[in-house]
Amino acid sequence: MIRFDHVSKRYPSGHEGLNNVSFHLKDGEMAFLTGHSGAGKSTLLKLIAIIERSTRGNVYVAGKILTNSKRHQIPEIRRNIGIVFQNNSLLTDRSVFHNVALPLVIAGYRHQEIGRRVRASLDKVGLLSRETSLPLTLSTGEQQRVGIARAVVNRPPLLLADEPTGNLDPELSKEVMLLFQQFKQVGVTVLIATHDLSLVSEFGERCLALENGRIISDKNSFKRDRIKSH
Amino acid sequence: MSSLNDRQQNRPVTYSHYTKNKRESSDAKSAQSRVSSGESKANDRAKRKSVQHSTFASYFANHVWALVSTLGSLYRTPLSTMMTTTVIGIALALPAGLFVLLQNVQHLSSSWDNGTQISLFLKHDVKSAQTSELLSQLESYSLISDIRYISAAQAFEEFREKSGFNDALTLLEENPLPSVLVISLANQYPSEAEVNVLMEYLSNLESVDTAQLDMQWLARLNGMIQIAQRGLFIVALLLGLAILVIVGNTIRLTIQNRCQEIEVSKLIGATDSFIQRPFLYGGIWYGLIGGVIAWGLIFVSLHMLKEPVKNLSVLYSSDFTLIGLGVYESITIILIGIFLGWLGSWVSVRRHLREIEPK
Repeated sequence: MIRFDHVSKRYPSGHEGLNNVSFHLKDGEMAFLTGHSGAGKSTLLKLIAIIERSTRGNVYVAGKILTNSKRHQIPEIRRNIGIVFQNNSLLTDRSVFHNVALPLVIAGYRHQEIGRRVRASLDKVGLLSRETSLPLTLSTGEQQRVGIARAVVNRPPLLLADEPTGNLDPELSKEVMLLFQQFKQVGVTVLIATHDLSLVSEFGERCLALENGRIISDKNSFKRDRIKSH
Repeated sequence: MSSLNDRQQNRPVTYSHYTKNKRESSDAKSAQSRVSSGESKANDRAKRKSVQHSTFASYFANHVWALVSTLGSLYRTPLSTMMTTTVIGIALALPAGLFVLLQNVQHLSSSWDNGTQISLFLKHDVKSAQTSELLSQLESYSLISDIRYISAAQAFEEFREKSGFNDALTLLEENPLPSVLVISLANQYPSEAEVNVLMEYLSNLESVDTAQLDMQWLARLNGMIQIAQRGLFIVALLLGLAILVIVGNTIRLTIQNRCQEIEVSKLIGATDSFIQRPFLYGGIWYGLIGGVIAWGLIFVSLHMLKEPVKNLSVLYSSDFTLIGLGVYESITIILIGIFLGWLGSWVSVRRHLREIEPK
């Protein structure tokens, strides 16, 4: 699903975001992306979502090479990627329902289909009863789950999350991670960037550790607290 | 808040929207291995069609959605909407109102003839045969474009109607008025010398009593109207430009306010045309409402002018009344408003939307 082939990213400022990164994430696989802030986690996700372009090497998503994609091709590519943001980036002037419906509206779904899918998606994250609420009236954890509902409402084959638990307490964080694991179980490829190693170690999933723009380990995350000392 | 696990135990969460997808895709995969891939592609397309609009329907649905939602967002910020549309309305009403006034002046003066005219008063004893001879003689003259013959009887009738001396005139035993030939010149603004030569020639004709050069002031008035029209054109152009700037700036502020929404939409896979649509419709709404306000302003102003103009024209024994806005002019004002609103927002959107990219 995702393949990085000797990818480097150097910012105009000279800062090296990624340095010769190669990995392959198969269809339906789930992986954590760990590392300190500035290690290159966000850069890596941005390359997949074509927010940034690699300066060397190629990025493939679903078999397609992203490096040379044209501006007008980007929307179509992004529609196949669900993205969950750290700050949930919900639109505060619209109800939960309309926030979650946005990807479907953009893709031109029928009215009834939008209602059906939004409710299914909200049901999945356990917020069906809050569909008419405004995002700011929800708790942080609930807001994050609305963000997840929005990311999956379009049934994308790939789900990216950038620090999805950044603002949550440990218990809520675990709930959110379990939710991602459930998406993996139904065939979605999931890539989660997080700095919360103790949380990661509770799940037996693949874990790519980044440091200074390089992948320093690629192991199963289960109970590997010592990565932290790296 | 209860944990998610608990909730799932209490109430089985439906995975329908994902599991179904998986089943479908695995079905499609096995189908692909069994039969040709072309068939499964057709299946995919059929499946997609049942939940997604066709390209045209989707386009249409998107437009209707943008149109309505934009009006909604304008309604939610009534003060700024009102200010913008009022400024547009005034900027539109000024040239449009001047245009209406100018039209009225032109209408007033068009009841008189255009350009410089010469009235030839014929002698009382001129026979009709002589008159037609004179007519054909004058028509061959290149300076003359048009000759209108008013017989003595016609002139008397006209005078009786327009002068208000109806009662006094009935006392007269015979018609004191001569027949008249009204000559229009080919050149609307003839030189002094040309006119003098012509006058000389005309007044020496046998059957002519007097030749009178008149209405030169009308030619001057027409000249002034032309200047006013040109001036109006310039004013309209400048105010049109002002509307573009006003709408453009308003849309720029809206874009800045909705920066986050634009970023998120781009990340979710919105195309440029999808994102710019509500802003373009915003511009169209501003223009439309501004046009309606302009129409209202002109309507009210003309209504206020109506009474004094009527009083004045009574003093001149005229039945002149102000011409208001016709259906055609009204529609034109509103269409111009819509066009300027759209253009202003289009320019603004082109400039500012590309600057906002997800970071």
